[in-house]
Amino acid sequence: MPTNAPAALADATASDAALRRFLHGLPGIDPVGLEARAASLGTRSIKTTAKAYAIDLAISMIDLTTLEGADTPGKVRALAAKAVHPDPLDRTTPATAAVCVYPDMVATAKEALKGSDVKVASVATAFPAGRAALPVKLADVRDAVAAGADEIDMVIDRGAFLAGHYLKVYEEIAAVKAECGDKARLKVIFETGELSTYDNIRRASWLGMMGGADFIKTSTGKVAVNATPPNTLVLLEAVRDYRAQTGVQVGVKPAGGIRSTKDAIKFLVLVNETVGEDWLDNHWFRFGASSLLNDLLMQRQKLATGRYSGPDYVTVD
Amino acid sequence: MSETSSSSSTRLSVFKTYKLYVGGKFPRSESGRVYEVSDSKGKWLANAPLSSRKDARDAVVAARKAFGGWSGATAYNRGQILYRVAEMLEGRREQFVREVADAEGLSKSKAGAVVDAAIDRWVWYAGWTDKIAQIVGGANPVAGPYFNLSTPEPTGVVTVVAPQESSFLGLVSVIAPVIATGNTAVVIASEKAPLPALSLGEVLATSDLPGGVVNILSGKAAEMGPHLAAHQDVNAIDLAGADSVLATELEIAAADNLKRVLRPGAADWSADPGTHRMTAFLETKTVWHPTGSLGASGSAY
Repeated sequence: MPTNAPAALADATASDAALRRFLHGLPGIDPVGLEARAASLGTRSIKTTAKAYAIDLAISMIDLTTLEGADTPGKVRALAAKAVHPDPLDRTTPATAAVCVYPDMVATAKEALKGSDVKVASVATAFPAGRAALPVKLADVRDAVAAGADEIDMVIDRGAFLAGHYLKVYEEIAAVKAECGDKARLKVIFETGELSTYDNIRRASWLGMMGGADFIKTSTGKVAVNATPPNTLVLLEAVRDYRAQTGVQVGVKPAGGIRSTKDAIKFLVLVNETVGEDWLDNHWFRFGASSLLNDLLMQRQKLATGRYSGPDYVTVD
Repeated sequence: MSETSSSSSTRLSVFKTYKLYVGGKFPRSESGRVYEVSDSKGKWLANAPLSSRKDARDAVVAARKAFGGWSGATAYNRGQILYRVAEMLEGRREQFVREVADAEGLSKSKAGAVVDAAIDRWVWYAGWTDKIAQIVGGANPVAGPYFNLSTPEPTGVVTVVAPQESSFLGLVSVIAPVIATGNTAVVIASEKAPLPALSLGEVLATSDLPGGVVNILSGKAAEMGPHLAAHQDVNAIDLAGADSVLATELEIAAADNLKRVLRPGAADWSADPGTHRMTAFLETKTVWHPTGSLGASGSAY
């Protein structure tokens, strides 16, 4: 069995029972307090130069995503062009962090992004449901990595997690991590909207990090409840505590449902207040989004020109 | 305690909180500000929201969101809904007579005539929704085997600076033509007499008019106007209620994204309105359509 857990936590992954004991021994979450904390951090007023900084930072943290059955090579190329120059009228606009596509589109995206710093992220492991046998999932990952993906977004087996088979989930993450090797960074998606409780989200976060995640990610964007400030706050607290305990820094990626500049800035405040400036960089924090970018660009144009912008002045995706 | 004594004692007044009408909802101003509205003799009537540029921006977002559905609705359906507005107004006639009398210092009977004229104006524009295309569109003769058809299309989101003096008839006379043809409107009500406009929002909300088609803001045109005029997602602006200095400023601000601008004109709101307020916010779409193959004997028909 591959083990990625740092020495301090090695005991916890020795057996299913030990892992269960460890995860259920994590401090419980007070949902009311958590939601109040997340809500209060959302009331900060970020204006003028701070806003301009936040907008540029948020743009540089976007994993510009298209995960539709109808994705075509043309659409992926258009998205890649947008990722490199989000606002063709203003070349001071930073590029996004990555484009995120299905594995079969990785080669197209890689080709379109040649010569830029924008990474290619690929979902894998039978995204979004994750309902496939382990060898199929691993083949999915291998494919994406071979096609040149710089980052792999895997989904955990929520069925196994909810049934209490933590070791199975752990081993799966570890196996995918082994498949990524040092070629790709691994993002582990928990699909927080399907985990029912904040305690489960905290357990899943630790499980993911012990399994070797480079990033932990809230959701696929394919279910009703996606990234919310409270569930992202749980993830942020988990990476903070994990670093304190093991010295290993893990990134966070909220995904799905973040559509406005205001929302994005709330998340940045959450990051700054929970884990601090170490995470305010696109190596450690990402937004999984598509429509968010247009709103950020419109706000950016507003700050630059003083006029409210409109959807006629950004691309139609 | 006897029933009679409690009913004869003075009843506590129930003051109305006037609120904005944006996106089909009745929010207060985002800024939390209000200003005092008095009648023509200076007596306090109510506090009205003093809208900020953020409220104006929200209203544009709501108007843009509503545009697809409203412009895509059939002309017949829009006519029904506009007529429904007139029906709803008729039922609240007394309230509007009172508000117009207070706002404009008119007698009960004169205010009644104004409200009647305003209701009739809705009916008049309701009738135009499915007729304007025949007046300003048509088939064009072209030198080729094509049908060439021009049809009027709504411009988009229209900012309306409502007349300052005629708080109700003038208001209706500028809103109805904008929405009759399928545009959506962001209306800045008369600054000193906004109450009839804010009450109109309550009527529109119960008239099957989809939320966001008309958005009514009270406050200072000089404060919100420049932001709306420069707004890149507003397609046209009606300056009916802007004074000459403000009108010039707004027209300059509107030039950047080639907004349609309707300049303030002579304002006799009781006169026959004509169609120019509708045509001011229409664009013409022309399509060429092949007539099909021409047989050896000429037309295939």
